[in-house]
Formats: sequence, C-alpha cells, structure tokens
Amino acid sequence: MTSLLAVRGLHVRLGGSHILQGVDLDVPATGVTALLGRNGAGKTTTLRAILGLVPCTGSVVFAGEELVGRPTYAVVQRGLGYAPEDRGVFSALTVAENLRLAERDRNPRYDRVFALFPELRKRAAQPAGTLSGGQQQMVAIARALLNDNRMLLVDEPTKGLAPKLVTQVAEVLARAAETVPILLVEQNLGLVRRLLAESAVDPDGAGRVAVIGQGRVVHTGGLPDTPERLRVLLGVGAAGA
Amino acid sequence: MSTIVLLALTGLGLGALYFLIASGLSLIFGLADVLNFAHGLFLAAGAYATWWASGRMPLVAAVVVGTLAGTVFAVAVELLLIRPLYARPIQQVLVTVGLAAAGVALLQGVAGADPVTFPKPGWLSDTTEVLGAAVPNDRFLLIAAALAVLAALLVFLRRTRYGLIVRAGVEDRAMVTALGIDVRRAFTLVFAIGGAAAALAGALAGLYFGSVTPGLGGSLLIFAFIVVVIGGMGSVTGSAAAAVLVGLVQQFANYYAAAGVGEASTVLLLAAVLLVRPGGLARRVA
Repeated sequence: MTSLLAVRGLHVRLGGSHILQGVDLDVPATGVTALLGRNGAGKTTTLRAILGLVPCTGSVVFAGEELVGRPTYAVVQRGLGYAPEDRGVFSALTVAENLRLAERDRNPRYDRVFALFPELRKRAAQPAGTLSGGQQQMVAIARALLNDNRMLLVDEPTKGLAPKLVTQVAEVLARAAETVPILLVEQNLGLVRRLLAESAVDPDGAGRVAVIGQGRVVHTGGLPDTPERLRVLLGVGAAGA
Repeated sequence: MSTIVLLALTGLGLGALYFLIASGLSLIFGLADVLNFAHGLFLAAGAYATWWASGRMPLVAAVVVGTLAGTVFAVAVELLLIRPLYARPIQQVLVTVGLAAAGVALLQGVAGADPVTFPKPGWLSDTTEVLGAAVPNDRFLLIAAALAVLAALLVFLRRTRYGLIVRAGVEDRAMVTALGIDVRRAFTLVFAIGGAAAALAGALAGLYFGSVTPGLGGSLLIFAFIVVVIGGMGSVTGSAAAAVLVGLVQQFANYYAAAGVGEASTVLLLAAVLLVRPGGLARRVA
C-alpha cells in the first residue's frame, strides 16, 4: 500500500505541554482513513500540524513533497482541503462569499457543491453566522469540495449535529470519498464504521483506522471488532471502569 | 441656529479627519493585530511631503504627492519593520512606538520644531452660507474627502477579492490561510490603504489648520484611537459613525461648556460606549 500522505515522528509542543510525541501515520490515496482517539489525545492537533497551523517538528510528506516548514497557504495549495472542527465559517460573510473566498482552481466546482448541497444555492445571500450548525458544516465541507483537492482533512464533521443531519453528512462524505481520499477525525463510531464499509477498497476497512492515545498512534489497522477492545485502545472505560 | 450649524459642520470636518486616520488604524488592527503607534507618522509624512511639494506644483498635485509619499512610507514600514515581527507582538508594538518617536525627532531635525505654514487658497478660506451660518469651505473639503474615502473603502471591501480576504481575515486569519490564501499580502495592502488615508488626512489637516508641526500626527492619533475603540476594532463603518460622534461631541462641548471640555468628553464618551457595548458600535467590517 503506497500512502499519499506519510507522517513520521511528528512532535508538537504548545504552551509547555508536549501534545504530539512522535505521531506516525499513513493515509492511502483512496477512500476514508479514520483518526480516532478520546478528547485531548491529539487528533485535531495532528491535522493542524499537517497543515502548518501549529509549529511542529518531524516529517510530513504529501505526494512526495515535504510539508513541514512550509506556510499553511502553500501546504493547502498543494491540494489539501480542510474542514476544521469548529467549521471555520466566516459568520459576517454570506454563504456565497464564504465559497468565493475558498475558490483556488480556475474552474471551481460549483456544480459538484450544489449537487451535494442544493440548500446552499438557496441561501447564497444569507450571512453564514445566521445558519444552523448543520448548514455551517455544509459550507465548511463545500469549501473543501469546491477545488479539485488531492486529499481532504475533515475534523469532527458531525459534532453537535442532529441525527438526521449526521446521516446527511455521512452520505456526502461517502460520495466525496469516491473521488478524493479523506482523512477523517470523528467521535461517532457508527459513522466511521459505515463510511469505512462504504468506501472500502479493501474489505472491512483493514488498515483504515489509526487510534491516537497520549500523543502517539497506538493502533493501526481495521476498526476493532468488539466495543470492549476499542474502548481499551481509546483509553476510555478500560476494564473494570 | 447659525451657531449650531457652524458647530455641527466644524465637528463633522474634525470627525472627517479622525475617520481618515482611524479607518486605516482599525483595518490594520483588525486584520493584522498590529497596534500601530506609528500611524501618526504616516500622517506627518503626508503633511510634510504635501508642504514640500506645494511650493513646486499646483496644490492638488501636491496633495497627491503627499498621499503617495505616505503610502510608500507605510508599505516600507510594514515590509521592513513590522513583517519580521508578526510572531512577536510586544516587540512589534515597541517598534511602532520607537518609530513614532524617532520619526518625529527626525522631522524636527530636518524641518524644524516650529510649525510650517501651508498655503491656503482663497476658495478654501471663503465661506458658504448654510441655513444662515457662514461656513468656511475647508469644512466641506474635509467632509467630502472623508466621504469619498469611505465610499472607496466600502467598494474595495465589498466588491473585490482582496476586500473579501480582509473582511474574512479580520474574523479568522488562520482559517483564511487554511483556504490556501497568503494573508500577509493583504497585511501589506491594508498598510498601504491606511498610510494613504492618514497621509491624505495630514495634507488636509495642513490646509485646515494652516500649518503643521512634527507632533501633529501624535496628537490626532489619540482621538483616532478613541474612534477606533468606539467604532469597534476592525470596522470601517463603525469608525465612520464613531468619528462623526467624537467630532460633534468634542466641538459642541468645547463651545457650550468650556474650552478643553470637548477633549475630556470624548474620553467620557469612550467609557460610556465601553460600558454599554464593550465590542464597540459595529459588529461587521463593512
């Protein structure tokens, strides 16, 4: 398996704490790769370090190019689309302006975006700050899909969303994963399981999950079969707790 | 009635000057988080360049030269002094404070500490009658210039790609870079815009007061900072509203209470606004 994104020995120190302590991670060129771990384990920091949003040491090679040390905008211009945890939507800008700001390619793929999110076309003139959480998440994902990115980094897209919207986001991600690989941080294990099954290049999503615990990747491979095993890996509710 | 009209138009003229300084200050702070104490020096650069040029060319051309000089100076300051220090905000503030002090001293050394007098064309000292009040034309010039700059800024912010980047960057700079945009180019641009507006204010202040001193920028800067905070950091329309408010309050208080009360009452106004709306009047950039 050749990986499109290869992270080696990634360290991040922020405000005196050693958040990432040598993360190794491979993301293949197709389908969904899920990054799991309990709160504070370093999932979001891993994505932010890959993008150069936090200072880091180590190596991040994307499509043969070293990214560490490059400014964020240059990293993104290599073809990395990012939908952050807090959605990063500009609330004072309209939906159309949020999308226009994200345009990088000569021919932005509004056809693709509006096919997935017809609602955004209707709400083009509405300030993004007045959208619901689910609609803001659509804007965040739409911004990443507007360009022909080579990989998407999507951080907890279903956080705080109603179940119906979670299903919708899952469908969108599954469809997007048919054309572009996705590195997904997600707490909703049902969603991860479903996406891995749908986007499986290899059956049962083997090799498509990385679990971070205490700043390191502690497990790679398939999604563990039993909930108990997963809990142990995630370091939550371990035996007896 | 005529007194009120004269006071109001004079207050608006003063507010226009404040707006020209505050709009750039506000955009620079809002986007780049730079508290630019050297902004008064941009004004002085514009004023002295206009004064220098006014002996050599028609007045309008001299004002253009002054404005360009302030723009170039502001861009040079951003590229050479501010840019290397974006990761170190305290050093950045110290650099702008030091630059302001050194710049004023340099101007004193070159042009002298005494006021240099501006040629005031006849049409500018003439008066126009408005509702029974004889209002000097320089007030209208200030107000017209500020309105033109406000309109240009709004068109820039609302209609251009860089304006979009500035508005987004004021809200969340990191996310702008995460969309693949080199936001630092926009930093240089807001310094250019701020420098141009402040330099124009310097040229107009010279015409309005009849003379300028090296320290003029510093004394106007205090009121511009008050305007920026009242208007809401990073908001151009907020700065415009706050500039009108501060100019009017200052003028009326100075006349009806006692000379000097106007300056103090702008600080009271600032305190009152901060109590009621800590984020300032405006919530949006434009």
